[in-house]
Order: sequence, then C-alpha cells, then structure tokens
Amino acid sequence: MHRTGELYGQYKTLDQQKETATFGMWIFLVTEILFFGGLFLTYTINRHEFPTAFGIAGNMLDLNLGFGNTIVLIASSFTMAMSVWSAQTSRKKAIPVWLIATLALGSVFLGIKVVEYKQKFDHHLVPGYHFDVTYCSNNPSACGLSGKELEDERKEVREYIEAEKEYAKQLGLSDPSAGIAAVNAHAQLYFSLYFGMTGLHALHMIVGAGLLLWLIVQSLKGRFDANYNTPVENIGLYWHFVDIVWIFLFPLLYLINRHLA
Amino acid sequence: MDGTPNQAAGEHKLPAEHYLNATYGIRSWLLTTDHKRIALLYLASVTFFFFVGGIFATLIRIHLLTPSGLLVTPETYNKLFTMHGVAMIFFFLIPSIPAVLGNFLIPIMIGAKDLAFPKINLLSWYIYIIGGCFVLYSFCTGGLDTGWTFYTPLSSIYSNSAVTPAVIGIFINGFSSILTGLNFLVTVHTMRAPGMTWFRLPLFVWSHYATSLIMILGTPVIAITLLLAGLERMFHFGFFNPAYGGDPILFQHLFWFYSHPAVYIMILPAMGVVSEIIPTFVRKPIFGYSFIAASSIGIAVIGFIVWAHHMFVTGEATYAAIAFSFLSYLVAIPSAVKVFNWTSTLYKGSVSWETPMLYALGFIGLFTIGGLTGLFLACLGLDIHLHDTYFVIAHFHYIMVGGAVMGYVGGLHFWWPKITGRLYPEYLARAAAIILFVGFNLTFFPQFILGGLGMPRRYHNYPPEFQVLNVMSTAGASILALGYLLPMVYLTWSMRYGKIAGPNPWPSTGLEWKTASPPLTENFHETPVVDWEPYDFVHRPDLGLSGAKAPGKLAPAHGDD
Repeated sequence: MHRTGELYGQYKTLDQQKETATFGMWIFLVTEILFFGGLFLTYTINRHEFPTAFGIAGNMLDLNLGFGNTIVLIASSFTMAMSVWSAQTSRKKAIPVWLIATLALGSVFLGIKVVEYKQKFDHHLVPGYHFDVTYCSNNPSACGLSGKELEDERKEVREYIEAEKEYAKQLGLSDPSAGIAAVNAHAQLYFSLYFGMTGLHALHMIVGAGLLLWLIVQSLKGRFDANYNTPVENIGLYWHFVDIVWIFLFPLLYLINRHLA
Repeated sequence: MDGTPNQAAGEHKLPAEHYLNATYGIRSWLLTTDHKRIALLYLASVTFFFFVGGIFATLIRIHLLTPSGLLVTPETYNKLFTMHGVAMIFFFLIPSIPAVLGNFLIPIMIGAKDLAFPKINLLSWYIYIIGGCFVLYSFCTGGLDTGWTFYTPLSSIYSNSAVTPAVIGIFINGFSSILTGLNFLVTVHTMRAPGMTWFRLPLFVWSHYATSLIMILGTPVIAITLLLAGLERMFHFGFFNPAYGGDPILFQHLFWFYSHPAVYIMILPAMGVVSEIIPTFVRKPIFGYSFIAASSIGIAVIGFIVWAHHMFVTGEATYAAIAFSFLSYLVAIPSAVKVFNWTSTLYKGSVSWETPMLYALGFIGLFTIGGLTGLFLACLGLDIHLHDTYFVIAHFHYIMVGGAVMGYVGGLHFWWPKITGRLYPEYLARAAAIILFVGFNLTFFPQFILGGLGMPRRYHNYPPEFQVLNVMSTAGASILALGYLLPMVYLTWSMRYGKIAGPNPWPSTGLEWKTASPPLTENFHETPVVDWEPYDFVHRPDLGLSGAKAPGKLAPAHGDD
C-alpha cells in the first residue's frame, strides 16, 4: 500500500509521484466546484424569481447556529493547516493532535447541523405534506418567538399572502386559498434548496471526517514527515474546499435580506 | 498490407511474455491495475451495452415498417427509444473510445508505464459497472419512457416507469467518466517520456486531452442535475416543478450544459483516431499538426457555450437565441479545420486502402454531412421547422454513428494488432467496412428527407405517405446490423487464429508501435526517449519503408506549419 512513501511502479521519481497526486486533487476540486455550481445556479435563479418568499424563509433560519458553525469551520481550517504545516516540518507528535482537533471541530459542526435540522422539523419547515410557513407565526411558543421578532414575521407573512392573493385575483383565480398556497410553495422551494445544499455540504463533511480518521491512524503510526506528507496535504486541500463551500452557503442562505431582531 | 518488409508472412512471433499472459485467472483480471487489461474490461462491457442498445434500435426500426406501427404498443415504443438512447449514449458512446482505446493507448503513446492513477482507473470501471447494473435494473423492472433527456416534469412527476433507478445509475456512471478524464489529464501532464514534448504528442492524445477537459467540467453538472431531478421525484422537492414555482426550463439548461458538450466527448476521440489512421496510410505527415491539436481544444471550449441551441423553441429570449445560434455556427470552424487538414493530408500522399483507412475516409464524409446539417439546425428560423423531426435524428446519427462509431470501429481495427498481437482477415474486414457504410447511409439518409417533410421524432406511427422512406431506413438498418456482427465475429476469431502481426504491421510512427504486440505489462523494457517529430516517415529508418516510399519521396515532417 501507498502509505510509507515508497515509489510506485508507474512513476520515475518521488517528486513526480507527489506532483501527480496533488495535480489530481486540484482537478478533482475543479469537478467539485462544478458539482456545487449547478446547485448554486438553481438557488440564484430561484432567489431572483421569488425574492420575497426567499427573504421571509431565510429569516426563519437560526442565525446564531449558522454563525456559530461558520466560526467552528474556519477554526477547523486553521487546525487543518497546522497539521499540514506540522507534517511538512516533521513535527511528528503534533500532526495527530492537530488532526484530532480538526476532526473534533468538524464533528461539532455536524452536531450543530443536526440540532438545526431538528429545529426545522419542529417548525414544519421540511418540504413535504406538513410544510407550513405560517406555523411559527401561528404557534409562537413552539418556535420560541416573541416580541418584535414575532410581529415582524407575522407582518411579513401576512403582507406576502395578501400580495399573492392580489396576484391570483389579477390572473382571474377566485380560490381563497391561492395566496397561502403560493407562499407555501415558494417558501418550500427555499427549504428544498436549503436542505439540498447544506445536506450535500454535510455529506462532504462526513466524507472528510472519514478521511481525517484514516489520517489520524496513519499519523499516529508516524507515517508522515517532511519527505512524505502527500495525503495530509491533499486531504487538507479537500477540507479547505468544503470549508469554502460553507463560506459561500452561509451568506447566501442566512444573510441575504436578513433583518436583525 | 503489402510492399512493406514487416509484412513478410511467418516472420513474426508473439513475444514470450506480454500483458495477456503475464498472469492468469479471474482475479488477475478483476483486480488488475494494468491500463491495458482495464481497457479490455471496458471493451467487453461497452460491447455488451452496444448490443443492448442495438436490440432496442432493431425493435424500433421493425416497428416503424408500417404507418400504424407493427410491433409494440405506444407506451412500449416510448420505452424502446428511451432505453436505446440511454444505453447507447451513457454506456456506449461516452466510454467507448476514451475508456477502451484511450485507456489502452495513452500511456503507451506518451511512453509511460501506466496511467497516473491505475487504481482509480480500475475504480472507474467498477463505477461504470455499478451504474450499468442500476440502469439494467430499470430496464428490466418497468423500463424507462422519459426520453434519454429526462425532461422534467415528465421524469420527476408524471412518468410511471422506473425512472429512479435509471437516474441513480446515470448519476453513478458519471463519476466513472469524471475519473477517466481526471486520470488522462494528469497522465498527459506528468507522465510523458523524455523528449515527448507537448507538440510531439500524437493527435490522438491531444483529442483525448480536450475530451478529458469536457469530462471533468461537464459531467459534474449533469450529476447534480440528475440528483436534483431524482430528489424531486423521490421527495417532491420543487426545483423544476412549476406547481412549486420551480422552473422546468432550468432543468433543460442544466441538462444541455453537459449534454451538448457530451457530444464532443463522443466525437473528439473519434477525430483523434482518424488523425492517427490517415497519415499512416498516406505515408505522409499530417497536414497542420498544430492546427488540428488546437482545434480539439477549440471545440472543447466553444462546445461549452452553445447548449441553448437545443432550446430554440422553449421561448428563450430572442437575443439569447441569436447569441447561441451564432456560437453554434462558430463550432463549425474548428471542426472544418480538421476536415480540411485531413483531406490536405491525402493530397499527393501514397494512399493505400487498408480497413482502418476505409473507416477513416468514411468518417470524413459522414462527419461532414452530419456537421453541415448541424448548421441547418443552428439556424434560428430553420430550426423551428426541423425541431423534433427526423432531420435531427438523422443529423445526430450521422455524427454519432457515422462519426463516433465509425471512428471507434476503425480504431479497433487499426490497433487490433497491437491489442491482440494478431491481424484480422483483411478482405473480410474491408467488405464489412463497405457493408457498414452502405447500411448506414441507407438507414439514415432517408431520415433527413422524412424530417424535412415534417415527420416528428418519438412518434410510434406516421402518415402512410412516409412508408417508403421508412421501409428503406429499416432495410438499411438490417444491413447495418450485419456490418456490426461481422467485425464481432472475425475480430473474436482473429484473437486465436489471426496471423501474427509483429510490432508495427502498417507501419506507423507512434511510440505504441515501437513496443511488442501485444505489449508487456510495463509497456516498454526501458523508458523510451523521443527524438523524432510526430508523423515523420522520413527520419525513421526503423519503419523499414523502401522503394517508392523511400526517404526523399516522402514529405518532411512539420513541413507545413
């Protein structure tokens, strides 16, 4: 196995071997950018199409959890960079320490994500039969809403429903539920994208956590030093990439049209 | 075949050890990391899917013998053309030349022992097989009736066929393509032998480089698109569903953002094959080497910005349509650069008519017809009339079957001596090539006329006045089927009984012809050093060319650019 940095048959030098692996990783990240790119495009077009619904729905996300996760993830990027640096400078004892810290921060991120998803389930914000964008303004205690925040949300939702009703009237639809149906549909679109994008990101985090686990085991065996650290470096590249995806997701999903209560 | 000293009968022996007899047993194949063995695994599996898709095509043509439809119900007919498209496009055309010939040849052509990532290469084959199993499962459990394009909301809401497993299968299969492209790109960048500079690379490698660019930039987009469509079908997410405010046209944009460049994934490698075959059988360096290399990259780049010409009738913005129409015309330029350079290579060359050359010449003609009719479809006004008619079908098949498959079969013949170490029966092969050419034209040329007359695609019946042309097309299809079965039979036969080929039977100039046939597992005994220009027949005494083909009578390498 390719663990101790011995030269593989198809390569001529260790330098070539390392260059090849790193180049391959960069190309893989290019494919990842395009993979997420399709989702970002879908999001952008729908946001452009339904700015009001997306604004209201975006305000229903928990900013504290989202912001906390951003900090956690940036910190994990730092610890990952430190483990790459430790490997490059042959600080063999430090490598697993930094890797474990990275894994821990990654797990905290995923844990917070679980809490957040659970909250969305409780607030009837998961796309499907029970989706109801008015649930929180109708049941403020269940969502922990009160004061100005509650008033704002009620007002926004009510105004939006009225606007959609008006639009339905213009189209000649007399159905009284047309307004709320449209609002729910568009908000549901936002949450479909929210779960799609954060879910795919979380999946990448889980894959990253598995890779880190493997790195930790290998680094405890002392495999990595200044001469051989390609896996640490490449998995580091992957980890940073997943972080950057979140750096884009956070403002797109949480911050646009945000009014702080 | 004649006139070259390499060809004297009985002179050659198979090498004592080569990649085929290095190890034995099923494990040595299923766990191999040798790019040549993986290429043969792909050869077997793409041939399987070719016949799956071929059976569906046969049923379609039989059904269309009579105006009211001869064979199946309308619902089954929808499934037949869908499954034909899915099997042929995703599981035959896209992997065919890159994963079989590219896999086998690229490392040898650049003087490497293997691809950069041999294990990832094997992984990509397994991913292909897993994706293929999902799709076959879909075919066997209700079939698929959405068209190979999977347009929403038909695919996400209304279809009652087995869409979900098919979408999962194609999603998985995409990663096989991505990994192949990634492997080729890295290999070409980092694994070249000493002296193998970028402008000494065979044009086959250049065209695969361009193909790989499309694979890594396009395939992730179709993956996410099908994932979203699948989520929409499974969990009723509303991305592409107007009922939730989603946009079905967005699906079409995302789909064609990959699927238009994907036709260049299918045709570029075939162009690479033709660029190898033609100089060999003209005994002359290829005309305009650097232009052909650059035009491959040009096609890959421009190919990414033409996708919405598939959507002229969706009501897209007029100015967008004009831009896409113009850009689609633009793709014709690098394509024409290739065609003109190939024909210029023929000029004053010493042309001989071996089987691969017949395929290459067939390719040039058919690709030209396919390409020119593509310009009809890029024309905004004309496309309104021709959209969704048999004209599109004929155009597409002239490029894909007349172009890509001709290139693939021609390439298989050209490198068959290298792959197996043995020659196929030459005259039978020439006959098969001619049968294929005749059958192909009889099948698809009437469809141009049908389309011009307005016969729509994907309909299970048609007005009686179209019957004559449809019968001609079906008759052609049966000739075409014979043309495909013949190489199947004699190539298989030749693996055991064919004449021993020797290292360089044609002879040709590439590095792959400097090693034994079949090559040993490491490809070369020692890493070759390249000190000659590509397609140079003059400064290559090792090729053994004599008489009329002696140095002095041969054009210089790089004499033209």
